[in-house]
Amino acid sequence: MNPREIVKIQNMSKQFPMAGAFFTALADIDLSFRAGEFTGIVGPSGSGKTTLLNIIGSLDVPSRGSAIVLEHSISDLSHKRAAQLRNRHLGFIFQTYNLFPVYTVYENVEFPLLLLKMPAAARKQAVQEAIAWVGLSDKTDSKPPQLSGGECQRVAIARAMVKRPELVLADEPTANLDAKNSHNILQTMEALNREIGTTFIFATHDDKVINYLRRKITLNDGRVVKDEIASGTAGKKAKS
Amino acid sequence: MISIKLAYRNLIGAGLRTWLNVVVLSFAYVVIIWHKGFLQGWDEQARRDTIEWEIGGGQYLQQDYDPYDPLSLEAGHGMVPNDASAEINQGRLTPILALPAAMYPQGRIQSVILKGIDPQQRIIAIPSEALSVQSSEIPAVIGSRMARNNRLAVDDLITIRWRDANGTFDAQEVKIVAIFRTNVGSVDMGQLWLPLQRLQQMAQLPGQASILVADKRFNPTQSYSGWILKEQKILLQPIADVIRMKSIGGLVIFFMLLLLAMLAIFDTQVLSIFRRRREIGTLMALGMTRGQVIRIFTIEGAMHAVLATVVAAVYGIPMLYYFAKTGWKMPEMVDDMGMAIAETIYPAYPAQLVLGTILLVLVAVTIVSFLPTRRIAKLHPTEAIRGKLS
Ligand SMILES: Nc1ncnc2c1ncn2[C@@H]1O[C@H](COP(=O)(O)OP(=O)(O)O)[C@@H](O)[C@H]1O
Ligand SMILES: [Mg+2]
Repeated sequence: MNPREIVKIQNMSKQFPMAGAFFTALADIDLSFRAGEFTGIVGPSGSGKTTLLNIIGSLDVPSRGSAIVLEHSISDLSHKRAAQLRNRHLGFIFQTYNLFPVYTVYENVEFPLLLLKMPAAARKQAVQEAIAWVGLSDKTDSKPPQLSGGECQRVAIARAMVKRPELVLADEPTANLDAKNSHNILQTMEALNREIGTTFIFATHDDKVINYLRRKITLNDGRVVKDEIASGTAGKKAKS
Repeated sequence: MISIKLAYRNLIGAGLRTWLNVVVLSFAYVVIIWHKGFLQGWDEQARRDTIEWEIGGGQYLQQDYDPYDPLSLEAGHGMVPNDASAEINQGRLTPILALPAAMYPQGRIQSVILKGIDPQQRIIAIPSEALSVQSSEIPAVIGSRMARNNRLAVDDLITIRWRDANGTFDAQEVKIVAIFRTNVGSVDMGQLWLPLQRLQQMAQLPGQASILVADKRFNPTQSYSGWILKEQKILLQPIADVIRMKSIGGLVIFFMLLLLAMLAIFDTQVLSIFRRRREIGTLMALGMTRGQVIRIFTIEGAMHAVLATVVAAVYGIPMLYYFAKTGWKMPEMVDDMGMAIAETIYPAYPAQLVLGTILLVLVAVTIVSFLPTRRIAKLHPTEAIRGKLS
């Protein structure tokens, strides 16, 4: 039996108003994602990857068609319900890490759990576990400005993972990292995907990332031009 | 809780800018509390002294007597009303007779007001008991400013010249028997206090007076024909007026400081929302609503006031406490509009004043912090995350 379908996009388009006309960023998208995927959306810059990820992440809404994420129709969510969906079920990783510079590593990772009003004891355990996943247990009291880019992105992964969301959306997570750190990050995420079963969807045009993917969706000019099974070999090589 | 912690961290993280805002705001606190406290202290002191030395529980003025018009003095007296004699005998009222005169200290001529007072009276603080000495010279008590201005000392003799009821000039020597210190200039400068009966004889005005002063524990309500009742409240009104005028000066400084701090905080908020739009987008991605983000930024701004309260307390409490204890030395001869003024004023800081000021500043800062956050309400999360501002 196939794993549960967690994202279903049907006949979906996204247009942006532009100089009196409309610019079509996504056109007639039909896609489905199942729990446990490790999938990348690839394509050149401007092909609509971020736009697609934003809609799945309930940060934006389709112009036409539908996007159902974890049984929620994105078009129909109120501002508050969308925030709730993100708070409870979605994790985000950004190219620019977007950590709170005034918070320590520990506090950055703890933040989503505070929003969820998780009790203190459970929270502490979850935060420490998430920091251990990304191998930063010796840096819990550091603040982002004292960390390297690779370390920052690992904190961001811990922050996205700490509440064990069903789905993590990562927009160009390696774009600001060198090769070594990029591999490190991807291995971490792949391990989490395998061990915890978290679904990952990437937007990327980085070949290093593409080598880890198990499914690769190619966008061009806002259309899906290819949707293929990938080997994910890089991860397996690193593992052995 | 979560908002307060993040707000606090961000504020501290902003460093110098935050502290500049906080320090300006704390000045506003301390300046207004100090100034208001000073005036409050002055007001209390002036009222107390004026009641003590001059007006007691209120005064009856003879209808032709106008303390502000020296020309009226000549005629400003009348018979002490018969129906007031019970009150006078019981020590609830005391008559004072005022008469214009000239005195000749060291050959100069100086106009004075002779005030006849009952040596036995205990209603006002003029040391009238010193006038009960039996001597051929007329005894007189004067205030220290009068003494200094005319180089008079105890036991000095001084010639005075006055006109009696028939308009005849008469002159005689008086002897200074006591000098008193008071903060109330109007019972001191240009005033020569004599025994009431002696003055009545000198002026050929037996049984007459210009003022009936009530004991301060006694609230005069009775009316006497030919006499005008001036209630204590009315007589204290000039003090309230001066204090109010002085307060306005303080308020202007306070509002300027407050305005400066408000502008700085407003500016800080606008800048911080602009600079941290990516953080705002991240907060939304992590599941905060716009309302929650607005709350964080508003709390962050409002926290300036909280920090300012703490900072103001750190240097303000010892400073204000010190002044309240040791008092504020007033420069010589600041005799504002005839208002009683002590050499040292002890500021008083009622809790209402302190709490009211804190509350006012907190509300103002919160409003100023909130206004710029309306920008957040228009911010689209995807644009915020990309660091763009719509
Ligand atoms: N808010 C917006 N308003 C107007 N145009 C936008 C907006 N967001 C994205 N676009 C346009 O949509 C296209 C796709 O953008 P994006 O999804 O960011 O592409 P990618 O992430 O693949 O580089 C780009 O041409 C971009 O300029
Ligand atoms: Mg992009």
